[in-house]
Amino acid sequence: MIIAEQKPLEEIREMLGDAKKVMVLGCGACVTICFAGGSKEVGILSSQLRIAAKKDGKELEVIEDTIERQCENEFFESVKDKMKEADVVLSIACGVGVQTIAELFPDIIVLPGLNTTSFGRPKEPGVFAEYCGGCGDCILDLTGGICPIARCSKSLLNGPCGGSENGMCEVDPKTIQCAWHLIFEKLEKMGRLDQIEKINPPKDWSNSMSGGVRNIVREDLLEVKLES
Amino acid sequence: MKSNSNLEKVFASGQLAVTGELGPPKGTNIKVIEEKAKHLKGMVDAVNLTDNQTAIVRLSSIASAKILLDIGLEPVMQMVCRDRNRLAMQSDLFGAVALGVRNMLCLSGDHQVFGNHPQAKNVYDIDSVQMINMVKTMRDEGKLLSGDEIDGEFKMFIGAAENPFGDPFASRVPRLAKKIAAGVDFIQTQCIYDMERFKKWMEGARARGLHEKCFIMAGVTPLKSAGMANYMNNKVSGISIPEDIIKRMKGVPKEQQAEEGIKIMVEQIDELRKVEGVKGIHLMAIEWEHRVPELVERAGLLPRPKFD
Repeated sequence: MIIAEQKPLEEIREMLGDAKKVMVLGCGACVTICFAGGSKEVGILSSQLRIAAKKDGKELEVIEDTIERQCENEFFESVKDKMKEADVVLSIACGVGVQTIAELFPDIIVLPGLNTTSFGRPKEPGVFAEYCGGCGDCILDLTGGICPIARCSKSLLNGPCGGSENGMCEVDPKTIQCAWHLIFEKLEKMGRLDQIEKINPPKDWSNSMSGGVRNIVREDLLEVKLES
Repeated sequence: MKSNSNLEKVFASGQLAVTGELGPPKGTNIKVIEEKAKHLKGMVDAVNLTDNQTAIVRLSSIASAKILLDIGLEPVMQMVCRDRNRLAMQSDLFGAVALGVRNMLCLSGDHQVFGNHPQAKNVYDIDSVQMINMVKTMRDEGKLLSGDEIDGEFKMFIGAAENPFGDPFASRVPRLAKKIAAGVDFIQTQCIYDMERFKKWMEGARARGLHEKCFIMAGVTPLKSAGMANYMNNKVSGISIPEDIIKRMKGVPKEQQAEEGIKIMVEQIDELRKVEGVKGIHLMAIEWEHRVPELVERAGLLPRPKFD
């Protein structure tokens, strides 16, 4: 899933400027699971905005709504009229959701309420960890199912570097586990330590963002669309 | 000879090699390099030039290496994976070789969060093991990573770092083996204070004959004060200073702590050079270049060999 977190309230208020009518639009998918942009967060953020405006003696109407997914066109049907009534739509979906609105509704001003951070999962209550770097060339078969691209601070393919202590990465020893420490232990348990000494060659980054924008075009599916 | 560098010749002659380290200035003040170099001349076989060490912007290691060559000192040019992709690395390596650089050290590089531009985007296109292999291919096959042929000669003595004190310990000998398989010629270790762990690591290396496959230089840094010992032990990842050394530093008055640190260093070097497989000492006298003549003299590392 996509992991995101809410922007600081002050930053959001600054973005909103003098807007009188704001729609806070949540998303029922990933950002609901990571407690950043679901219906609950829509309620909390809307209240915060109302209180802050009142305190400053500013006029502000906040409309609340949440749709199932902001990344797909079909889910906007039920809210599109309400969206058009607002001066601005504050989307608290990931960056994909914000851009979907910008693309579908060119006349609406849409603002991002979240910072989208990574592909990951809720590892334990309150901890949303990064797991995948979206590099476009998966090598989890070589690394015991642990991704060094996303989970090593230097994305090393032949780690560990010297900066790990007691299984933690020097970049942030409180929260970042050393991916290569984990890989080493996993391969050791699997009896595959021979793998650790194989030199992983320079990676082909052309399938990552380095290769340009990645749009997948599936000819087989395009044809289906044309036929129907 | 792979590079014909002075450092390679010292190793080839079977003598204990000694390298020093010089941190370039945070600016264009060449005098800093010239001043530091003055103290190192004749005292070490080659001098490491750090590449934006601890992710702090400094005069480039390539330019510093050229300045050193002009003074008559042999550089070991450090290159980190943090700041360059494979295009920039290979291009800069052409430049370095063309300018006369014949030794280099392939490093991952400290993460930028520790430096003065923590907002920077890092590169890590290739890692240090892959860099070793890339340079070896450039030298031995005259080819770039892409397979394209190199126009002209490419000679380089390829070094890398190893940290026997990084975790997990069991991964440290395999990682040395990996760097050797990638084509490394010499290794400089992280500063050694935990002698027991270093010896255990060397034992593991010897058991696999790795000490015969590359030249291992033991890294040493003299402690200037008890405060420095504490700082390095607590704040620098991958460095552990045993309690008895910290106690010894604390046990003398402040003004005598530098002297105590030197005494400890001399004892360490005496012990390290007796360890089977140690072929050199890498002396990292951080911002203490002016004390290097005294350090190497007292450690019995003089005179340095000379070749025609």
